Amino acid sequence: MQTELLCILIPLLPLLGFVINGIGFRKIPSGLIGPIAVAGPLVSFGFVLMLFSQFSGQPVKVTLFDWISVGEMHINFAFQIDQLSLLMLLIVTGIGSLIHIYSIGYMHHDAGYGKFMAFLNLFLFFMLLLVLGSNYVIMFIGWEGVGLCSYLLIGFWNTNTSYNDAARKAFVMNRIGDLGFLLGVFMLFHTFGSVEFTDVFQQAAQLPVGDKAVVAITLLLFVGAMGKSAQIPLYTWLPDAMAGPTPVSALIHAATMVTAGIYMVVRSNVLYTLSPLTLDIIGGIAIATALLAASIGLLQNDIKKVLAYSTVSQLGYMFLGLSATAYTAGMFHVITHAFFKALLFLGAGSVIHAMSDEQDIRNMGGLRKYLPVTFWTFLIGTIAISGIPPFAGFFSKDEILAHVYEHNKLLWALGVFGSALTSFYMFRLLFLTFFGEFRGTEEQKHHLHESPATMTIPLIVLAFLSAVGGLLNVPEALGGSSWLATFMAPLYELAEKANPAAFETSAVGHTEELVLMSISAGAAILSLAVAYVMYVSRKAVPAAETVERSLPEKVIYHKYYIDEFYDTLIVRPIQGLGDALYSFGEFAVNGLVSGTIALVSASANQFRKLQNGSIGFYVFAMVLSLAVIIAVRMFNWQNLFSF
Amino acid sequence: MLTLALILFPLIAASGLLLLKSDSVKTLALVAALIETGLAVYIFSTFTPDAQSQFGFDYAWISSLGIRFSAGVDGVSLLLVLLTGLLVPLIVLSAFRQNYTRPATFYALILFMQSALMGVFTARDGFLFYLFFEAALIPVYFLAAGWGGENRIPVTFKFFLYTIFGSLFMLLGMVYLYYQTPLVDGHHTSAIVDFYRVSMTPKAQGLVFWAFFIAFAIKMPLFPFHTWQPDTYVESPTPATMLLAGIMLKMGVYGVIRFILPILPAGVATWGSTAMALSIIGIIYGSIIAIRQRDMKRLIAYSSFAHVGLMSAGVFSLTEVGLQGALVQMLSHGINVVGMFFVAEVIFERTNTRMLDQLGGITKTTPKLTVYFMILLLGSVALPLTNGFVGEFLLLQGVFDVNNYLGAIAGLTIILGAVYMLRMYQKSMFGQTTARTENFADLTGQEGWVLLPLAILVFWIGIYPATFLKMTEPAVMNLLQYAAKGAVSLK
Repeated sequence: MQTELLCILIPLLPLLGFVINGIGFRKIPSGLIGPIAVAGPLVSFGFVLMLFSQFSGQPVKVTLFDWISVGEMHINFAFQIDQLSLLMLLIVTGIGSLIHIYSIGYMHHDAGYGKFMAFLNLFLFFMLLLVLGSNYVIMFIGWEGVGLCSYLLIGFWNTNTSYNDAARKAFVMNRIGDLGFLLGVFMLFHTFGSVEFTDVFQQAAQLPVGDKAVVAITLLLFVGAMGKSAQIPLYTWLPDAMAGPTPVSALIHAATMVTAGIYMVVRSNVLYTLSPLTLDIIGGIAIATALLAASIGLLQNDIKKVLAYSTVSQLGYMFLGLSATAYTAGMFHVITHAFFKALLFLGAGSVIHAMSDEQDIRNMGGLRKYLPVTFWTFLIGTIAISGIPPFAGFFSKDEILAHVYEHNKLLWALGVFGSALTSFYMFRLLFLTFFGEFRGTEEQKHHLHESPATMTIPLIVLAFLSAVGGLLNVPEALGGSSWLATFMAPLYELAEKANPAAFETSAVGHTEELVLMSISAGAAILSLAVAYVMYVSRKAVPAAETVERSLPEKVIYHKYYIDEFYDTLIVRPIQGLGDALYSFGEFAVNGLVSGTIALVSASANQFRKLQNGSIGFYVFAMVLSLAVIIAVRMFNWQNLFSF
Repeated sequence: MLTLALILFPLIAASGLLLLKSDSVKTLALVAALIETGLAVYIFSTFTPDAQSQFGFDYAWISSLGIRFSAGVDGVSLLLVLLTGLLVPLIVLSAFRQNYTRPATFYALILFMQSALMGVFTARDGFLFYLFFEAALIPVYFLAAGWGGENRIPVTFKFFLYTIFGSLFMLLGMVYLYYQTPLVDGHHTSAIVDFYRVSMTPKAQGLVFWAFFIAFAIKMPLFPFHTWQPDTYVESPTPATMLLAGIMLKMGVYGVIRFILPILPAGVATWGSTAMALSIIGIIYGSIIAIRQRDMKRLIAYSSFAHVGLMSAGVFSLTEVGLQGALVQMLSHGINVVGMFFVAEVIFERTNTRMLDQLGGITKTTPKLTVYFMILLLGSVALPLTNGFVGEFLLLQGVFDVNNYLGAIAGLTIILGAVYMLRMYQKSMFGQTTARTENFADLTGQEGWVLLPLAILVFWIGIYPATFLKMTEPAVMNLLQYAAKGAVSLK
């Protein structure tokens, strides 16, 4: 099929699913909802494979119509197919399809099943626009659209006020980021007169490194990424977003939407490469986010919260890679993370499903006997995320760390430390959930069951991908051919021309690279061992809520009180200001303006008649108006008006 | 000639309603409003998108003074004619369920209002514009004073006082302009295009600027001339509120575009930044107050105040994107705000309250209302592919081009807008049901017919704004040329 047609159909099919299920979800029999919802993503995935096989290596642009056009500003509704969009399309439709299938099993008992599937389809539509768009504004449609779907799905069970608050928080925090993005877009127009990727990058490549406009643009766009990809200081919405049904956490808040920020930076690699300052800032924020989130993850007891902080932390790693201009490594981690984090969330969903909606790991334990498929796949996911060879996470994380090492040794050391933390909290989670004795109620124990095939098959597929995903880009040091790096290389040609220094690889030899790998893998395995001793051998169980904690423990357990900090520093003052302006400000403004009017009125002697009101002010006004006209005319008062 | 029909037809229809006093006034009013829509759409479909004024008429009026009864449409006028033509039947239909007393008078006033609005947006003579500008006040004043809430008397009095006060200044400005036009056959002329050609000293322009600006700023309203607005919106019967917020406030923005920019470029050069600053203060001020409102209608009123601030800021950016954004946003805001007030009315009618803390959980029984309300909300918070995005994107780009920091401050509207709108939606639609919202009945078919056209327009403008942008572009370029000419001669 023609590329144009495929490009249009790929986002359109999920949209169609949304419309059908969305309009008819109260009438469509529940047996049909699932197939309708899955058909779009699945067929789109097939189309993406066709696109992939047809791809010649040259970018293809498909213009649909002129969307917003004013004077010199032309924003086309257009798509661009190249290496980067193809990779994202594969992830979005591939993982998306799996999660849609899983959702049939997970959600079909829910009263809002049809609505849920419709929203998932809508999400896919916007996510596909985000990665297909050939300019920043089309990207922004997707960018905001996925935010809307995230809002709708976090607050899916909308009778629960705290879920609704979480949804609103996610939308608003994303909007803060989006303002940054939008200002970046304005700046792009201002600087390049275009927002089309190809135009912008061609022009930008002519600019010197450190160009002020480019620095501003990259920083502003990165503010958008902070929101969408949950980096400090805009990350606090993501853990709260776990209020949404678990498939949502897997698809939106782990595998796809939250990686949009990384996609955006890789897409804009020419601009970012030209702004070393921005990259340094990203590096600092990324490592801080990675470590902060990992440390919070150490003490969380909600299975989904642990995974959420882990996602924030892993996103930090991706940005860390980008900050060292290791764009491929960042994308590589996006891909492997999509595999193993989707797997872990879906596994958690399977556990929650079996545990009758229990999410506290203190009440779990010993589940591997009851949920064997979930256990084995979760184990593979845990090994993969912990960076233990030979599973996927090891390769992608090590590639990031290897580049960071060339760039900045301190960041590397911190990265390895964070990796050790990751391994610890993940194995803590695994051990507390699946090992030891069951700690839940008899009622829960009675209901324990492995999930249906619609749920376990996606788990198995994702486990397979998490296990072998590293093969996509095996480094030369390990005898591989770095397929992904070769595939993506054309994306950076312009950037390399514009700032060759940024891509110079220092002389880290293969042996040195192997040593680095061993260090980080060793650290991860050591953490595993510590977790094993604590939670399996010694059978430690985290303290109950009521137990008094030591101060550092308390601070970490309460997530460093960041939410409270924002509440006190930003939310409450704005609310207070709102109240003050409404009660005093309006009064004062009103008094001032009305007073002035009264004063002016009083000075015009005749104006007092206005307040009689018997004849109607209007007639008076008209008479007065006429009088002025006539007076001016009769007495030649125009001198009055000549200044 | 069609323009004359646009102005006269509602007037005749309104008079007919008053005379007939038949039982079917509602239906007759709706039919009349729909015929007017048909007229507006016909003009739109046969309009040639250039800068010329079309479908016009031109009669001698006060010959001895050179004042003519002249009107016609260019792209900018047509956009507002369309807005008026599309919204009025929906406003009429939205009133059906309320069974207002003295229906003949009620609906006749709405049609009188429409006639005056059509006049304002198409007048080609300064004094004719003034006449309609004033005339539009009368019906809406009577609607508010006759069918409004408990505090209607003091509130409408204040509203009246403010607007009359502003208008007097405008009249002074108009008369001054009139005397600056060259003499033709022994008298001056008051055609607006003649005003475009007068030359005035910067100082004179500054004074005339304020004469016009105060009138328009009160009408929109802009900070700090807005304190009549929230009370009036709340106290007026909802159809009047819709007329005020959906269409009448656009008279102010339209006035700035039609008069201030092209006639007073030097005045704008001096005072435009002040106007822009007031506009932007209004955006933030209105939004922050909206965040804390309990009454849905008052919340929407403050949000409208904030939105119009952005339109005005975009207009004073004097950029093509800013102006085009303001025009699209006038259309979009009219659609969204009328829809929003209607939703508030639907909720009030069923629960007898508009207080958010007494509402909740409405979505449980109302799939239709949930979806329409969400669509209007998305338009209001400017989500891409809805109408609000196109307008706000262009407006903010315009402001940003003039000053990056002001652009960033004005941009806060997209964050604050999301805060208050989502809060309103959550508090009314989500959560547990309350005693008042239990068994909340979903939209009736009739109510659906009010919201469906609005929802279609939300997406139409959001997905294919070219329909409207292409229509207004030549007229905008024409006005900007006048605005720029003055700026150049100043240098």
